[in-house]
Amino acid sequence: MSDILLVMEEIDKSFPGVRALDQARFELRAGEVHALIGENGAGKSTLMKILAGVYSKDGGRIIYQGKEVEIPSPRAAQDLGISMIHQELNLMPHLTLAQNVFVGREPRQGLRFVLDEKQLNAQTQALFESMRLRLNPRTKVADLTVATQQMVEIAKALSFNSQVLIMDEPTAALTEAEIEELFRIIRELRDKGVGIVYISHRLEELKQISDRITVMRDGRYVGTEDAATIPIERIISMMVGRTIYESAPEVPEEASATIVLEARHLNRGHVIKDVSFQLKKGEILGFAGLMGAGRTEVARAVFGADPLDSGEIYVHGKKANIKHPRDAVRHGIGYLSEDRKRYGLALGMDVEANIVLASFQKFLGKLGVVNKGKTHETGEHYVEALSIKTPSLQQRVKNLSGGNQQKVVIGKWLTADTDVLIFDEPTRGIDVGAKSEIYHLLNQLAQQGKSIIMISSELPEILRMSHRIVVMCEGRITGELSAAEATQERIMTYATQRRVLMAENGASEHSGAQEV
Amino acid sequence: MTTTENTATTAPAKRSLFRSEAAQKLLAFGALIVIFIFFSLASPYFLTKDNVIGILLATAVNGVLALGVTFVIITAGIDLSVGTVMTLAAMTTAVSITVWGLPIPLGILVGLLTGMLAGAINGVVIARMKIPPFVATLGMMMIARGLALVIPAAIFGSVRPVYFNDHPIFGQIMMGSLVGKLLPSLPIPNAVLILFGAALVAAFLLAKTVFGRYTVAMGSNEEATRLSGINVANWKTLVYAVGGLFSGLAGVMIASRLSSAQPGLGAGYELDAIAAVVIGGTSLSGGEGTILGTLIGAFIISTLTNGLRILGVPQEWQFVITGVIVILAVYLDILRRRAR
Ligand SMILES: Nc1ncnc2c1ncn2[C@@H]1O[C@H](COP(=O)(O)OP(=O)(O)OP(=O)(O)O)[C@@H](O)[C@H]1O
Ligand SMILES: [Mg+2]
Repeated sequence: MSDILLVMEEIDKSFPGVRALDQARFELRAGEVHALIGENGAGKSTLMKILAGVYSKDGGRIIYQGKEVEIPSPRAAQDLGISMIHQELNLMPHLTLAQNVFVGREPRQGLRFVLDEKQLNAQTQALFESMRLRLNPRTKVADLTVATQQMVEIAKALSFNSQVLIMDEPTAALTEAEIEELFRIIRELRDKGVGIVYISHRLEELKQISDRITVMRDGRYVGTEDAATIPIERIISMMVGRTIYESAPEVPEEASATIVLEARHLNRGHVIKDVSFQLKKGEILGFAGLMGAGRTEVARAVFGADPLDSGEIYVHGKKANIKHPRDAVRHGIGYLSEDRKRYGLALGMDVEANIVLASFQKFLGKLGVVNKGKTHETGEHYVEALSIKTPSLQQRVKNLSGGNQQKVVIGKWLTADTDVLIFDEPTRGIDVGAKSEIYHLLNQLAQQGKSIIMISSELPEILRMSHRIVVMCEGRITGELSAAEATQERIMTYATQRRVLMAENGASEHSGAQEV
Repeated sequence: MTTTENTATTAPAKRSLFRSEAAQKLLAFGALIVIFIFFSLASPYFLTKDNVIGILLATAVNGVLALGVTFVIITAGIDLSVGTVMTLAAMTTAVSITVWGLPIPLGILVGLLTGMLAGAINGVVIARMKIPPFVATLGMMMIARGLALVIPAAIFGSVRPVYFNDHPIFGQIMMGSLVGKLLPSLPIPNAVLILFGAALVAAFLLAKTVFGRYTVAMGSNEEATRLSGINVANWKTLVYAVGGLFSGLAGVMIASRLSSAQPGLGAGYELDAIAAVVIGGTSLSGGEGTILGTLIGAFIISTLTNGLRILGVPQEWQFVITGVIVILAVYLDILRRRAR
């Protein structure tokens, strides 16, 4: 238990304009789960990427199994027995699951450069089975949901049989059941003597899974504590460097009676089935349900990003013909995607440009020239209001930490001045401090008379924020609860209200996937 | 395994027929058939043995170039230099056989290596120096064009074609017919065999080897490929080198076909090659593409050219029509993708 597997000392790392790590430290024992936590941009991912050979360090030492080592490339890290599940999904969508899992280590046949596809699929099948995943190795990654892709990433990392396994927010996209399964796997590995680094913003998880906790702040090491004994409040104060933190649930306001948005009998394939709901002015309507319940699909359909088979959408009582996100924006509907990398951000552009992206017309001067002064002002306003951690407005968004990217998306839709805002998992991958800021912001927006749909898989969040809760399961709305009647148990009951017939359908769809 | 909660099920994986990859090939193949039927009805001269053999022959050089470009485009790159590198390879082959007196097989090897070297240089410039493929290969296109002029100028004192007059056998490589020897009624020139042979090798490389797998992986998500511990710079260099090798082969083929190396030839060939790849369903954004598709794409282009010529459509209009077809093909592909 106490043999030290790995020590990182005095690690420095700078990016242009950012000191990401400043004398950072980390220690890992064999057979422990060591949580690494800190606010967005604290440097957690950067520190671990140095260990995984993705970034090179500017200074400091890495001592691994008693010897000082250099880790110049991901391959070098693999050879040392260090593997990492990255915060961003890192799969190749055009390849199959098996091809992804063993990329770089494909079994060969006869001639050294000829692939043995059969063996590859068999190995992957065995790996999936050991993880109790029912997936077909021959499925293409592009055909999977985000959650399933995440499980595949985890499978890939496990297949290295590493001594050190780094998981950067592995649960961000997973359902409770999948998290359970992941924890089971983690404990198994720990008992085999693997050292596991676990990065997460879900503080409740840490107590469950980790043995020790190391906290970072602003690129520096703050301290390491025993997970079993340290109280959550103490962790939070170590993270944010101040103790003030209100976590009292905000009491939902009574929403006014005007109906701003109404959906009637929406249908789309087998992902949306006869969905109807109303959204009132100044209301926060929570959409609860398990991953894959169809909440994102409903949001995308309302926003015009996916076509509907049938159904009608009314905005302010008038029938709206929404065929394209452009139409939705014209009707005052904004959508904050759950997959911000793919849909929410222009990663190569800077912070300011992203914030004003959806509302460029507002910044056009007489001659159609963008008013730089105004965009700058707006950018500055939101960077401050949302405390986006960036060296400047000119920083490219792809260089921000994950949580800060999310804030930029929020800033973008706030700028666009929409009446209806659909937030899809708005706090995924966001630290506690920023989370409470975002909650505060949502409440403020509702008070200003904006209507908000909040999709979230975190029940405490749904319960805390929503004025009214709609629960979905397998494409249908299975229940509706007022803030007063809602409890975790009630929501879960609705969220798992599968139709018996549906379950069978699901099974046959699955076997359909096998033959692809 | 028994509980449903513990399984991450795949997303709805029903693929509409229009969307599947098999359909893409069918689509391109269908288009080829339609074009064939159209010209057969429009002109009695089209569907004759001689003419069909002519189409096959006309596809050979462009087809081989397109095979090489397919690999490059699957990595989300582009190679604009294949046409002039082909010319340069034709020139080095011609010079090494007719001027230096190397035996023909060695001369062919010189041509192949010339192409491969040019490709490898492209690869290093792109993968190591991080110059965008468009710019890097545009540079190589000009360099190769220049060298193809410089070489005869240095040797003969003037820019002129190099002829294989003393080596009539060299022309037989392309224009001779092994098939015709066995089946005298089917005098298919060797060029066509070389094209199909090269296509088989390319298809094998792409589908069955580590090289092909990493080609697709890099095009699909380069960062993920790097993070998987794969040396992206090396493999990418190899992709361009292999692309260059196919250009070298095309160079030998065109030298044999013309029994000479023409220094001014080659510009514009890259566009036909890229068009063939694109019509064949390879995505310019990388990650997908097939050799069969490229082959069909190359045949579509040469069949169109041939058919339009038979119908007496002036060459200028042939360009226009081919251009429209390229855009249509890509648009169809986009529609197919959107249908998901
Ligand atoms: N490639 C890069 N170029 C420039 N700056 C970077 C780069 N990667 C990270 N940074 C900066 O370094 C700092 C630390 O980022 P890092 O991603 O390590 O944070 P984190 O602790 O993982 O945050 P989160 O919880 O949001 O994922 C941030 O200020 C970030 O903007
Ligand atoms: Mg991070």
